[in-house]
Amino acid sequence: MKAEEYSREPHELAGWPVVVETYRLGAVYHCTISNADPGARIARADGATKEEAEQKAIEKATRYLGQTRKLAT
Amino acid sequence: MATSTAQNVLVSTDWVTQHATDDGVRVVEVDVDTTAYNQGHVPGAAGWNWTSELCDTLVRDIAPIKQLEELLGNSGIDNKTTIVLYGDNNNWFAAWAFWQLKIYGHDDVRIMDGGRKKWLAEGRDLSTEAPAFPAKKYVASGPDLSLRAFLPDVQKAVAAKGAMVDVRSPAEFSGEILSPPGLPETCQRGGHIPGARSIPWGKNCNDDGTFKSVEELQALYSAQGISGDRPVIAYCRIGERSSLTWFVMKYLLGFGDVKNYDGSWTEWGNLVGAAVEKP
Repeated sequence: MKAEEYSREPHELAGWPVVVETYRLGAVYHCTISNADPGARIARADGATKEEAEQKAIEKATRYLGQTRKLAT
Repeated sequence: MATSTAQNVLVSTDWVTQHATDDGVRVVEVDVDTTAYNQGHVPGAAGWNWTSELCDTLVRDIAPIKQLEELLGNSGIDNKTTIVLYGDNNNWFAAWAFWQLKIYGHDDVRIMDGGRKKWLAEGRDLSTEAPAFPAKKYVASGPDLSLRAFLPDVQKAVAAKGAMVDVRSPAEFSGEILSPPGLPETCQRGGHIPGARSIPWGKNCNDDGTFKSVEELQALYSAQGISGDRPVIAYCRIGERSSLTWFVMKYLLGFGDVKNYDGSWTEWGNLVGAAVEKP
């Protein structure tokens, strides 16, 4: 088995830059979303299609990112 | 990387493809995302969970020596095994495991350059089978605490204006955010330890997840006054990103006295009365 249809794309969610990484293993698509900086994983999801896996992960990541506060420095 | 230092601690994805199941070699995946191993891993690789196997689950601490000996023995590793670590997020927790293995005296530990990201992107073979290994006896030494900074070490370094590297993102360093975007806030104050220089961990790596060349790394660190001519302490939020920077400074750049402060910002940023600097 190999990772197929591997993609790694920049996006913006809730005002934050993120990276959406998706690949297929067998019949399952795996999607992981990380913040662009520092690169920590925020959410992951699986699905029968690329779109399904990414949509589920995006929903989770958007919810978490919406809770991040920006403070005055 | 073309230095003798790097050749002793880094292996390529090609090398792993050819040697992953050799006698005397054990490949181990350690991920931030503890479910990643089960999705598919290097065939023959063991999987370690950083949240339960590479820490003390009662006291905040690294793995106790007996726990580590058991983990290694059950992974079919003895004191002579070549351990090759890799993982997601450009090897964050692979470096965390590397650091602990060095604290406990394992001689031959290496990191797969590029980690899980490069392995996936190259479309290499994956397995979902968790291999069983014949148990071996492992006897750890140490701990070698010259590799680890505790709070008093950091307080002394602040007082002496010693070298410290904050490897978090610029927004964490400045105090604009209290945690990486999307993750829970785990400190009471934002900013950085007084005197620390900002060298975000990601600057150590190329887009494909591999480490930059020694020349590029030397330029990166020397531009911030970090050249290995004096002791240096690396820190981040919980100590895993800084273990990657510790690996870079200690093993790729060959600095003599490098410590990882795993208490990091979750300790310093919650201390009552601790000095905090903001740009």
